[in-house]
Amino acid sequence: MRVNFTVNGRQQEADDVWEGESLLYVLRERLGLPGSKNACEQGECGSCTVRLDGVPVCSCLVAAGQVEGRDVVTVEGLADFAKQREEHGHGGACGTGGCGSKGGVSLDAAKQWQAHGPNSELRSRAADSQTGEGAPLSNIQQAFIDAGAVQCGFCTPGLLVQADALLEQNSSPSDQDIREALSGNLCRCTGYEKILDAVRLAAARQGEAV
Amino acid sequence: MAQNTRTVPAGTPTNVTQKHNKGGIGESTLRPDGTLKVTGEFAYSSDMWHEDMLWGQTLRSTVAHAEIASIDISEALAMPGVYSVLTYDDLPAEMKNYGLEIQDTPVLANGRVRHHGEPVALVAADHPETARRAAAKIKIDYRELPLVTDEASALAADAPLIHPGRDDHHSGHVPHPNIVHRQPIIRGNVEEARKRADVIVEGEYVFGMQDQAFLGPESGLAVPSEDGGVDLYVATQWLHSDLKQIAPVLGLPEEKVRMTLSGVGGAFGGREDISMQIHACLLALATNKPVKIVYNRFESFFGHVHRHPAKLYYEHGATKDGKLTHMKCKIVLDGGAYASASPAVVGNASSLSVGPYVLEDVDIEAIALYTNNPPCGAMRGFGAVQACFAYEAQMDKLAAKLGMDPVEFRQLNAMEMGTIMPTGQVVDSPAPVAELLRRVKSRPLPPERQWESAGEGADVRALPGGLSNTTHGEGVVRGVGYAVGIKNVGFSEGFDDYSTARVRLEVINGEPVAMVHTAMAEVGQGGVTVHAQIARTELGVTQVTIHPADTQVGSAGSTSASRQTYMTGGAVKNTCEAVREALLEIGRRKNGSYHPAWATAELLLEGGKVVTDGGEVLADIADILEGEDAIDLELEFRHRPTVAFDLKTGQGDGHVQYTFAAHRAVVEVDTELGLVKVVELATAQDVGKALNMLSVVGQIQGGTTQGLGVAIMEEIIVDPKTAKVRNPSFTDYLIPTILDTPTIPVDVLELADPNAPYGLRGMGEAPTLSSTPAVLAAIRAATGLELNKTPIRPEALTGTL
Ligand code: FES
Ligand code: FES
Repeated sequence: MRVNFTVNGRQQEADDVWEGESLLYVLRERLGLPGSKNACEQGECGSCTVRLDGVPVCSCLVAAGQVEGRDVVTVEGLADFAKQREEHGHGGACGTGGCGSKGGVSLDAAKQWQAHGPNSELRSRAADSQTGEGAPLSNIQQAFIDAGAVQCGFCTPGLLVQADALLEQNSSPSDQDIREALSGNLCRCTGYEKILDAVRLAAARQGEAV
Repeated sequence: MAQNTRTVPAGTPTNVTQKHNKGGIGESTLRPDGTLKVTGEFAYSSDMWHEDMLWGQTLRSTVAHAEIASIDISEALAMPGVYSVLTYDDLPAEMKNYGLEIQDTPVLANGRVRHHGEPVALVAADHPETARRAAAKIKIDYRELPLVTDEASALAADAPLIHPGRDDHHSGHVPHPNIVHRQPIIRGNVEEARKRADVIVEGEYVFGMQDQAFLGPESGLAVPSEDGGVDLYVATQWLHSDLKQIAPVLGLPEEKVRMTLSGVGGAFGGREDISMQIHACLLALATNKPVKIVYNRFESFFGHVHRHPAKLYYEHGATKDGKLTHMKCKIVLDGGAYASASPAVVGNASSLSVGPYVLEDVDIEAIALYTNNPPCGAMRGFGAVQACFAYEAQMDKLAAKLGMDPVEFRQLNAMEMGTIMPTGQVVDSPAPVAELLRRVKSRPLPPERQWESAGEGADVRALPGGLSNTTHGEGVVRGVGYAVGIKNVGFSEGFDDYSTARVRLEVINGEPVAMVHTAMAEVGQGGVTVHAQIARTELGVTQVTIHPADTQVGSAGSTSASRQTYMTGGAVKNTCEAVREALLEIGRRKNGSYHPAWATAELLLEGGKVVTDGGEVLADIADILEGEDAIDLELEFRHRPTVAFDLKTGQGDGHVQYTFAAHRAVVEVDTELGLVKVVELATAQDVGKALNMLSVVGQIQGGTTQGLGVAIMEEIIVDPKTAKVRNPSFTDYLIPTILDTPTIPVDVLELADPNAPYGLRGMGEAPTLSSTPAVLAAIRAATGLELNKTPIRPEALTGTL
């Protein structure tokens, strides 16, 4: 079957999709957007969290056919999504698919996800990359880096999408609020303290900015 | 005690805003891969993609112990989209097994399966679902064999032998072929010492099978190359160890198997063994196409070895003034069907079985069994975790029997620098055991009944059971418990443990740039951050590039055993020093005549310049390198040698370095439903020198949480009747969520080890040790129950077993 939907503000079309393929699979393997992670594919870990029409969902539990005509935001589009939200004021500006973003990750760029040799562009860029300066990151992304909340980073994309949605709803969450909101996202590395720090930090910076 | 310490309070926004600056050692430099990881651009092994690639799938045994009478692949092979189906008969080389130490693990089952989930056949197809369906069409006729599931069935006179005719370096000294390895440690005279004891306590402890549960699934991509070899992009802990095991079974020379580390989503020991590496290469070579394999979570539970479940039998004595007299113990580890790291786990469990205490008279025995249970191997804490769980429970029992405070009792017996280990090894660097305990004890306790503090009745989210509303505070009791542990750092027992680093210094756009190339697996621990910090410190440069880890450089050894900052960090440091010397040599040649300091002063590299120890600038690094080739050196680093433990007495300087951590757990228990909420898990640890405090604290908190997990929730449940795994999913194998994890205040000591690079102490594993017994002790304090098994389940607390 063919599925048409919007990802990070861009119209996408996936062909030859099997019934039974998840949104996660289509994003990762057909559209070349591997940012949403495949840690359990059982709806238990939250690593694959994306926003579907503004609502955070586990993309591994969404059948690809269900997203026909709908709007998806992944971690690749999170910075742009946050920027749009700032510019348009109210939260979820992009959630309706109406923001017409031109940013996000281009399909061509994203499709370069193949094995690269040791000296290729992509991999040495990974190694060289400076710690965030200059890169257009959203508040929550920068806070995760600054707080040391990223270790292996496999849980990070899902946590970022979920935490960003929390802060959109609740700009000064209590620790219990943060714990409740992130309770569907497993992280095996950090012990969560630094993830809490990151969300507190993002909330504080968001507060300063207003 | 003279000490240089920094105390890091539980995080608040104000103490995490530090931006990275110069970025040398001792600073909380941020991760170089952080941006890629938060934007979703970091390429993990499961993200690899190649034009025209196929998907590989493993068919795994549905029974634990059986002969394979026949395998019929014809239907699978006939399915459209299927490119290849492989079984044992298709293996290309004479060598058909692999293994870390003992090559007893078949690449594909050879006529017999020994555990549930053992790989039997492989499929490559053009869609993962096609591959899965094809694998399901393979028909296997299993003839089930009697099971070996525990010590009794493994060591019975007529027990089926898991590896009949085994011929490895341990088979000659073990009392039964179903014992992988046995290590006794005999020191002093237990029978004599026993007579001095005023109290004696005994205990039998059961430690459940824990899973590493790293989030990034086993995965990778194998690409056949024109020279008949293969390029493998994979998440692993030790590229060169994989290579040594992969090349022989592929029938290829090592040069034809080129491995590159792809992004690793956590490891914790679970990636020390081969999982999908060989399978992907076999399929790629058979189809001449790139093949990607990604386990789903279900398969991941079968795809890696777990933490050894254990039974531990302990006896301790003490005098009435609180001095330990003797210890006897027997530790039985279940290694499962294949050896993996079991021999080394035995060595650790026995040599660390006394804990961080002074005890001269001991009688110790540790064994690992071959059974039909899932294979067990490396996991964070590696043998020391199981022992710590038991000896710390014993310490509490002794203190209670003597009417002493459990912390004071431990402090009275705490080892220190100069203490002799049961192996006869002298602890020759700081061992601040009593001080770590003092620190966790002196921290103010979290307020009682915190769930009420909002003033509007109970916030049930903070109570045991949380939003299930099982309690609003009635029947909730608090308990406090303590534990401390000791772990060795690095590979022990005479292993030739080394690491290699290549460092290149050159001028790019007028600026000196260092490139660090090692084969170290970055699994999330932050090695890449620290290597850049070391290079900046040693070479006085700002720009450092970390080359991707691959097998084009010498081995870095494993990212495990808390060894990587010590070993590969040490290798980077030494190589940088050699590069510095080479640079200064050029400087002397070129500029030496201009200033006498070139010949007489101690010279340093700082801020891109050569300076004297008095701070006088002699030259720019860039100018010295002008017109020269880049300085490019590759060196190996070794720690001081260790020796194997004597097979009869266990004596020998077997370990490189020791590391220590203490915990205080505060728990609240709903005694009616048996639900536990850990309220706080404070910890103190000596790290020798924190090269990056932000990473150090993160590792301590992460390790602490894994210990909490095994205390109250984590266990792979193996049905004792069938030896089948019953909970291979995140629905049924529970790891702590952010709701299960309390605040973890961390107190970091930095008492330098004079033998280690920068004085550092490997630190990744220690926090996992004492966290579990501290939580158990707190639950015992709250409930008055004995509780000798992990994890604690509600029925153990409510007496409804
Ligand atoms: S991958 Fe979707 S919830 Fe785990
Ligand atoms: S799972 Fe590794 S950082 Fe969260």
